[in-house]
Amino acid sequence: MATVRVIPRLDIKGPNLVKGIHLEGLRVMGDPAEFAVRYYQQGADELLYMDIVASLYGRNNLTAVVERTARDIFVPLTVGGGVRSIDDIRTLLRVGADKVAINTAAIRNPQFISEAARTFGSQCIVLSIEAKRTPNGWEAYTDNGREKTGVDAVTWAERGMELGAGEILVTSVDQEGTSKGFDLPLVTAISKRVRIPVIACGGCGTPEHAAQAVADGKADAVAVATVLHYGRHTIRDVKAAVRARGLDVRGA
Amino acid sequence: MTTSKVVTVVDYGLGNLFSVERALAAVGAQARFAQRAEDLLAADRVILPGVGAFADGMRGLTERGLLAPIQEVVARGTPLLGICLGMQLLMTEGHEFGHHQGLGVLPGAVVPIPPPDANGGYKVPNMGWGRLLPAASDTSWQGTVLADVKRGEHVYFVHGFVVQPSVEQHAVAMAECGPHRFCASVRRENVHGTQFHPEKSGPAGQAILSAFLKM
Repeated sequence: MATVRVIPRLDIKGPNLVKGIHLEGLRVMGDPAEFAVRYYQQGADELLYMDIVASLYGRNNLTAVVERTARDIFVPLTVGGGVRSIDDIRTLLRVGADKVAINTAAIRNPQFISEAARTFGSQCIVLSIEAKRTPNGWEAYTDNGREKTGVDAVTWAERGMELGAGEILVTSVDQEGTSKGFDLPLVTAISKRVRIPVIACGGCGTPEHAAQAVADGKADAVAVATVLHYGRHTIRDVKAAVRARGLDVRGA
Repeated sequence: MTTSKVVTVVDYGLGNLFSVERALAAVGAQARFAQRAEDLLAADRVILPGVGAFADGMRGLTERGLLAPIQEVVARGTPLLGICLGMQLLMTEGHEFGHHQGLGVLPGAVVPIPPPDANGGYKVPNMGWGRLLPAASDTSWQGTVLADVKRGEHVYFVHGFVVQPSVEQHAVAMAECGPHRFCASVRRENVHGTQFHPEKSGPAGQAILSAFLKM
């Protein structure tokens, strides 16, 4: 198995790093560039930037933040939030992003995934799925867990792969910000359904939670925020827990 | 007066030029982008970056009239580093979406990573951090861009195709994708190549770019 990736997720609102619960109730944490550099130096395998109000306001304000941070970060950078067009993607790649995460625009027009993958390559396109539990599975949401779509999250992941997405980022809206652990049945269901890497996101409160997502949930990578932002744990702690389950991590 | 080293980075429409530029800046070098033959021929040190498909890469170089200049730069002994697709284009031929001629600077072919069977165990494209291993038990990385990298160090890969050098000694490092061992780095005299992206490989990648600056 490839090295398990530990990916700090930085939610951005305006110029600030923020953190919420269930993607809402945002608290300002500080300057995203400072956190990004700290996590890079701690051994982050990639970074994930999400403009979490972009869809709501129909704009993308991440360009400046990405450009400023990419200068000091020499690991892959994925950027999402309000990515709507081929031009949006080109702009983000130009300022230093390596991949883009797409949710709302892909739900509205699934062919956008295909077009983006054809233009920039599948390795560049991450399908971002925000999933909420339902009585018989999970439903995909858009606009940071605010809007229902009626789309089954697991089926959508498979469709995204067929359309050309190179990775799936699955965020559990139910678990997000709670520190209660990942939605393991959700992560497992999607990992079993697709043949592209799956990044589990939402709920990581301890290094052991991250280890569960990869060892039990079969995720290829974990996106984490709360567990790091408050200084409770470092990336090294998270990797040590993953390694303790017999999986390879960088910096061992 | 001290001046920072200048690295000519070939701009043929398919590179992550800005990432390469920033990574070079961090090790004290200045990137100069070259789209024209004369800019390339004046270079002291060349990087051929690349993200994308083989045929698109060859088309990009051909349209800009850069095939002969790259071959000329190599023949002169100018240090050249091919990154990812940039390394693959140095080979004789590529088998990605059909059969295509490469630059022919290194004898060998570019072939797909075999798709995983039902049991899986790995995924294609190979995307993520992999360990660098010596190509053979007696392979030394002295004099290569890997000179300051520890054996087993992780570097960042994103690719669905791999190079197969015809001359065994041209492969200096290997990496693994599931059960498959593939060539991760090549070296033939002044020509160096990495299948992985040093500009995205953290401190190890910086050490590789620094080593190239000393060539």
